[in-house]
Amino acid sequence: MTLSKLNNLYRQVILDHAAHPRHYGTLKDSKEQLELHNPTCGDILKLEVILKDNWIDEIAFSGSGCTISQASASIMTVEVLHKTPVQVEKMVTAFSELVTGEKTTGVQELLGDAMIFEGIAQFPARIKCATLAWKAIYQILQKAGRLE
Amino acid sequence: MDKKMNDYVQDFPILRQKVNDEQLVYLDNAATSQKPRPVIDAVANYYYHDNANVHRGVHTLAERATESFEKVRTKVKNFINASSEREIVYTKGTTEGLNWIARSYGSTHLKQGDEIVITYMEHHSNLVPWQQLAHETGAQLKYIQLLSDGRLDMGSAEKLITDKTAIVAVAHASNVLGVVNPITEIANLAHKHGAVLVVDGAQSAPHMKIDVQQLGADFFVFSGHKMLAPTGIGILWAKSIFLAEMPPLEFGGEMINSVELQQTTFKEFPWKFEGGTQNIAGVIGLGAAIDYLSAIGMEKIELYERSLVENLLPELLKIEGLKVYGPLDPVQHSGIISFNLGQLHPHDVATALDMQGVAVRAGHHCAQPLMEYLGVSAMVRASFYFYNTSEDVQQLVKAIKATKEFFKNDTV
Ligand SMILES: Cc1ncc(COP(=O)(O)O)c(C=O)c1O
Repeated sequence: MTLSKLNNLYRQVILDHAAHPRHYGTLKDSKEQLELHNPTCGDILKLEVILKDNWIDEIAFSGSGCTISQASASIMTVEVLHKTPVQVEKMVTAFSELVTGEKTTGVQELLGDAMIFEGIAQFPARIKCATLAWKAIYQILQKAGRLE
Repeated sequence: MDKKMNDYVQDFPILRQKVNDEQLVYLDNAATSQKPRPVIDAVANYYYHDNANVHRGVHTLAERATESFEKVRTKVKNFINASSEREIVYTKGTTEGLNWIARSYGSTHLKQGDEIVITYMEHHSNLVPWQQLAHETGAQLKYIQLLSDGRLDMGSAEKLITDKTAIVAVAHASNVLGVVNPITEIANLAHKHGAVLVVDGAQSAPHMKIDVQQLGADFFVFSGHKMLAPTGIGILWAKSIFLAEMPPLEFGGEMINSVELQQTTFKEFPWKFEGGTQNIAGVIGLGAAIDYLSAIGMEKIELYERSLVENLLPELLKIEGLKVYGPLDPVQHSGIISFNLGQLHPHDVATALDMQGVAVRAGHHCAQPLMEYLGVSAMVRASFYFYNTSEDVQQLVKAIKATKEFFKNDTV
């Protein structure tokens, strides 16, 4: 049955994160906030971070979207927490190369659980759903002047 | 015309393919229709045998191209029962037609305090041009409410259309809710108050017999690509009295009578609107599309599509957790069916259907204010055309059930 292919996209970890997103909600005193829209599907992602010294000390996201975008946001928040902006920038690039299928090896350590999105390269129409949250964290750091 | 409806599939080579190992079921016709061989051939033959610029040469090819180009105006005139071919203006599509009306008619007729009345179900292309016009002229934009089943609330229309109203603009058929609006009634309301009626026919012209005079519209626009023709060709129809006074928007070649250093006189309508080299192949393709549709008969197409909906709708409503937007009575529902499946996001549903060969659209369908009005962020939309079959209906239903089963343990 062809739906078995769907298992490559909707892996258990992804379904779990979408159903029980981590860091979902808002932060009390965040200075850095950003809202991104996916204009083709109407998904909305709000991201907030608190930067301390030189790392991401707290993070939260809210909004609505499909399984892929919600799970990706959830996993992203887990993976970037306590990382430095420079590290996060590397992760964003690596994630983008992973989901487009450009570079899928040697990034396991950098991306951690986000590796689960490797299969999305077979579903080109859904790549944007997966990258939305990563775009948001990149832009928020850029806006905060934390990226060179 | 004894061809059975199912036989028309043979004319659409693109439909004979597998997608993700399943027979393709194309249900995204509201976005764009597929093209039958006679249309593709007409375009190819034009390039093989007749290609030349129109209205410009004395040579034989130019003569031939011009003749074919102008003949299609007559076909369009008959297709929508306009009173003259001169009322048929070629555009690149519905969007361009609506923008031209707003910019040419709107800017020269609206003043501060006037009102433009549209509805909550409009496609962005019948909304944003009016919003821009309102910003520019100081006019106010008002929205007719919908009933709970998605049909237009005519009580609200009666309240909103007043002597202050200068323009009423509505979709003939919704691209989301599957409703067909009572245009004649709205036309009477508009005219009673001295307003003009602009009708967005993008989703009606491909599926039913259009008679612009009987509808009582002042402007009627549609796109070729949703009715078998190539992309990039559309029609703006308006009553002569409006076209005569409307200023052209595209200045340049083709549309002029004579050009002096400081002065230019324009051609008569419709040619004064058609600046620059036109989409000639598109026009030829549109002519072939109209021939094809007319040979089947628009009434027959409408009836057949209704029979598909009569099959589909009850099946869908039996699926627990599936919510259909728009009227639930098949008799009132066009071949556009928007739905959501439980809490599943439409994009996830569309991907799952695609894996089973079924092409549908998911998203806000260029109608964000409508989504907001209905309190949803997106929907899945299956839209039918006459070449769809009852097997397609069955494959869709089966695929939706399988999708539900696949995601059954998630409460996403
Ligand atoms: C109701 C309605 N109006 C307008 C349009 C815009 O048509 P086009 O993109 O061909 O200009 C569409 C097409 O999506 C539509 O469905």
